[in-house]
Amino acid sequence: MIETTALVLLTVISAATPLLFAAMGELVVEKSGVLNLGIEGMMLAGAVAAFAVTVSYDSAILGVLAGALAGAALAFVFGVLTLTLAANQVATGLALTIFGVGLTALIGASYVGVPVQPLPKLDVPGLSDLPLIGSLLFGHDALVYLSIAATLGVAWFLKHSRAGMILRAVGESDISAHSIGYDVISVRYRAVLFGGAMSGLGGAFLSLSSTPMWVEGMTAGRGWIALALVVFASWRPGRVLLGAYLFGGVTILQLYAQGAGGIGIPAQVMSMLPYLATILVLTVIAAGPWKGRLDAPACLGKPFRPST
Amino acid sequence: MSPRLEVLGVTKQFPGVLANDDVSLSVTPGEIHALLGENGAGKSTLVKMIYGVLHPDRGSLEWDGAPVRINDPRAARKLGIGMVFQHFSLFEAMTVNENIALGMDQPGDMASLATRVRQISADYGLPLDPDRSVYSLSVGERQRIEIVRCLLQNPKLLIMDEPTSVLTPQEVERLFETLRKIAAEGCSILYISHKLAEIKALCDRATILRGGRVVAECDPRAETTAAMAAMMIGEELTAVKRRASTAVGEARMVVDGLFLPVDDLHGVNLRNISFTAHAGEIFGIAGVAGNGQNELHAALSGEFLASRPEEIRVAGQAVGHLDAGARRQFGVGSIPEERNGHGAVASMNLVENVVLGAHHRENLLAVGFIKRAAAQAFTERVVAGYDVRTPSTATAAGSLSGGNLQKFIVGREILQKPAVLIASQPTWGVDAGAAARIHQALIDLAAAGAAVIVISQDLDELMAISNRLAVLNVGVLSPALDTAQVSVAEIGLLMGGVHGA
Amino acid sequence: MALKIEPRREVSRALVYGTPVLAIFLTVLSGFFLFAVMGYDPLTALYFFFVAPLLSLFGLSEIMLKAAPLILIAVGLAMGFRANVWNIGAEGQLTCGAIAGGGVALLFWGDEGVWILPLVCFAGLLGGMLYAAIPAFLKTRYEVNEILTSLMLSYVATLLLSALVFGPWKDPMGFNFPQSRMFTDSAILPIILEGTRLHLGTVIALMIAVAVWVVMSFTIVGFQLRVVGLAPAAARFAGFSRRRLIWLALLTSGGFAGLAGAFEVVGPIGQLVPVISPGYGFTAIIVAFLGRLHPLGIILAGLLMALSYIGGENAQVEVGLPQAVTGVFQGLLLFFLLASDFLARYRIRRVPS
Repeated sequence: MIETTALVLLTVISAATPLLFAAMGELVVEKSGVLNLGIEGMMLAGAVAAFAVTVSYDSAILGVLAGALAGAALAFVFGVLTLTLAANQVATGLALTIFGVGLTALIGASYVGVPVQPLPKLDVPGLSDLPLIGSLLFGHDALVYLSIAATLGVAWFLKHSRAGMILRAVGESDISAHSIGYDVISVRYRAVLFGGAMSGLGGAFLSLSSTPMWVEGMTAGRGWIALALVVFASWRPGRVLLGAYLFGGVTILQLYAQGAGGIGIPAQVMSMLPYLATILVLTVIAAGPWKGRLDAPACLGKPFRPST
Repeated sequence: MSPRLEVLGVTKQFPGVLANDDVSLSVTPGEIHALLGENGAGKSTLVKMIYGVLHPDRGSLEWDGAPVRINDPRAARKLGIGMVFQHFSLFEAMTVNENIALGMDQPGDMASLATRVRQISADYGLPLDPDRSVYSLSVGERQRIEIVRCLLQNPKLLIMDEPTSVLTPQEVERLFETLRKIAAEGCSILYISHKLAEIKALCDRATILRGGRVVAECDPRAETTAAMAAMMIGEELTAVKRRASTAVGEARMVVDGLFLPVDDLHGVNLRNISFTAHAGEIFGIAGVAGNGQNELHAALSGEFLASRPEEIRVAGQAVGHLDAGARRQFGVGSIPEERNGHGAVASMNLVENVVLGAHHRENLLAVGFIKRAAAQAFTERVVAGYDVRTPSTATAAGSLSGGNLQKFIVGREILQKPAVLIASQPTWGVDAGAAARIHQALIDLAAAGAAVIVISQDLDELMAISNRLAVLNVGVLSPALDTAQVSVAEIGLLMGGVHGA
Repeated sequence: MALKIEPRREVSRALVYGTPVLAIFLTVLSGFFLFAVMGYDPLTALYFFFVAPLLSLFGLSEIMLKAAPLILIAVGLAMGFRANVWNIGAEGQLTCGAIAGGGVALLFWGDEGVWILPLVCFAGLLGGMLYAAIPAFLKTRYEVNEILTSLMLSYVATLLLSALVFGPWKDPMGFNFPQSRMFTDSAILPIILEGTRLHLGTVIALMIAVAVWVVMSFTIVGFQLRVVGLAPAAARFAGFSRRRLIWLALLTSGGFAGLAGAFEVVGPIGQLVPVISPGYGFTAIIVAFLGRLHPLGIILAGLLMALSYIGGENAQVEVGLPQAVTGVFQGLLLFFLLASDFLARYRIRRVPS
């Protein structure tokens, strides 16, 4: 019983971690006022880069680094188009996704079916062997811990650091920030690159830990769920953490329901659950009496064109 | 003593307009120096160069006797220059403390900043609570943030750009006391305004700009407002012709117990608004910005629907349930406060903007298809009849100057011969010539039998053209007063209401 | 010598028409380098990709065939985009239209009658509309972002189709393959050109594109859609109902996508299978932008994108180029278009520093 519970919880964590990375990155991006819909593309870039480098150089550390860089590279393209050239953010983000799916399929073609060593898990002598708590708290690979650390880091950054306050201000009113003398474009570039790196890490986790392999299009819509997560969380880091684990849970639920001898419902209907859950949650948030909608950065999605 | 700031022969060119032409002025320490000129004279441009937001094409600046280059606002602040913009650089969803910290280069830690904010704001008569979020503050309170932000950085020159347009007369007095105190401590003040009475009351010297050039320097305490106005505008202002008699016709628009709860956190609820606008009169609604003017305009024009149809009647018929399009067909015209994006679509041309506002009443549609020729003809009538300076009717509305676009919108509405016209801020940001034309057009429209409702923050405007007026404060409308018999002080008190204290 | 970026006072018409051409040129150029890096002879690959399909009647008809659903979906999407309504779930609406149309075809399987085909098409239209009604309702009633809802729903629709085709609608005589029965003749779109696969749906798609052009450019409805997208406050000022326009935009684009889906299954495919579209719903978004959200431009853009699909298939067969290259080209094309768009709206000047 304890074994099964531990297993279930472990798979929840495994499902939640890529979402957490991507959503946390996108939260920072959106807080600065930019809407990047290209998360799928950036996650895939991270996944394929991490996989390819890990296999080619037999080094997980290089692989993870490559994943982050790949995500950031794609994000940079997005940044140039939307920040420097003031292009429509929705169209550019979509182009990024389509391009990313295609490009990663090309690059990853020769890596399909290639086996890889999954990321090493933490092994603290004594602590890791404790029943349930052992594997739950001390038995994960580095990326899982990194995702939690990143969440805490982002939360602290936004609330307590001057740079975080400036980022929030830029997302709230780019014109005011510009009048005071802040470099809006530069702040947004940094946010976008950070978001790209985080999405890349999420993808790296997928191909190196979650399902250690490369398959084209392996994110299967997780990037879009991460996007929904940010809205669901009203742009607050703590709630993103909660939401990622919730959604991770739903994803796992349908896997286990299928495996538990079939409930007479076709597998596809169970697979619909995460997407339907997302819609439900978004509606409840929007329709509810709570006025948390104010948390949306006021400049979200609007291009910044200084008149001076 | 050497001047605190010297501006020497500064010139700035923009595509199509020479904003500043060889401008020179000097400000001594502790002096309150007015920069006077009407809209478009070049005051904002000059001051942006002093603050480092823009750079001069020619000319130079000197600070405390030494030549200086001010590359950006940070450099300006380092010298000791603080600026309170006309349009505040504030972040609504953030707290007062955070807003102040963002405007400072070295705020230090937030806790001690909050203490300093409390102290300084109280000292100078501008009390602020550092932990409140900006969206919950009134416009006057928001201005305090801007001023306190400057004060915390020990300024030697404080630039204020049109600070009183958003204040009640009582708040203006309080601001002046604060400014006098600041000046007495040795800080110079560069005070931009076009309000002559205020400049006379507050300032030691005045530099007058017209068309980008310095046309005069004077001591405002010694000159009359008429003389300064003449220097500012360069011509004798023809007095607006108003129908002397107050003989008005039947009740054209009757508003009875209008309640409008607003969804938006920033909005102002309208409470129990009642008034009657008669045919042939101009009914003014005064008030400081942010007291429900936009909501009231939207409720009258049909952009917001009333709770009950009978709350608004036009020519006896209940229209509260009709939307803006239906009310237009009924004869209700509307000139909203914002020209760009509300009264007109900036990226569409003039013909399309005519279709926007006039297709309901001017028979511009045939089975859903737009009659291009008819719309073109109407557009030409508007352009000709209202002196709209534009290369052609196919020009984008956004490329027109503020005054011309406003004339276009006014013309579009009036040529439809509305039974009721609701105009908000009809001459805001518009040069004196266009403003006079617009005022005359409104008066003529009323004389022709329409009921005209003018909602404005400019008390001078309302005093000049309206027959009766009422004051809107925190969503509540005062009883109507006869313009000829009421005093500015009385109106000021009504405008102040809760915020005046 | 510094460079200064400033907005143009009036958008340059030459550049508005010229930038798509520039984008295409840059994409082809990138393709050249991409193929070279991948180890193929660039000129040969480019030839098979972009030129060969244009050289035969069959090739041209295949391009037309693939362009039709792209054009049909894109003109609907463009109406919405102009109104600031972002329907990203056209793929799902297409799928639902296919399910609805295919379902009717299966319902009357084996029956005769001229009324069957129109009914099938109408069902497709309705299926897409009903599916798009969900995000429309959620947006107008609760302000839920339509990008997310329509997108989530497109995944759901694909799963639904899969469930049907693997389950209750599986062909009993189909050797347990996940496919429905082949539709009978009365439910199949007639071929209009001997020797090709061009069907009636292609013509209807073009007619609809022209109709949309007329509506958008000459009627008050098109005007309302444009105003609500450019300046929502001005739309309210003129009495245009934002709610009604959102419904209109979503139902129209959903309906067109559904119709396109139905055309696919009762046209070239002839039955229901798990994958009925190579991502038309998403590619149509690129077509819409490439065509500058203008129906006539979309027709041209649709033909170009179809060429990229056919060319991709062709190059895969002739040269062994992986299918994924098509996606790369499409993404690149949009990138270059968005980038060169910048030149149409802004001007770079040299300023003495």
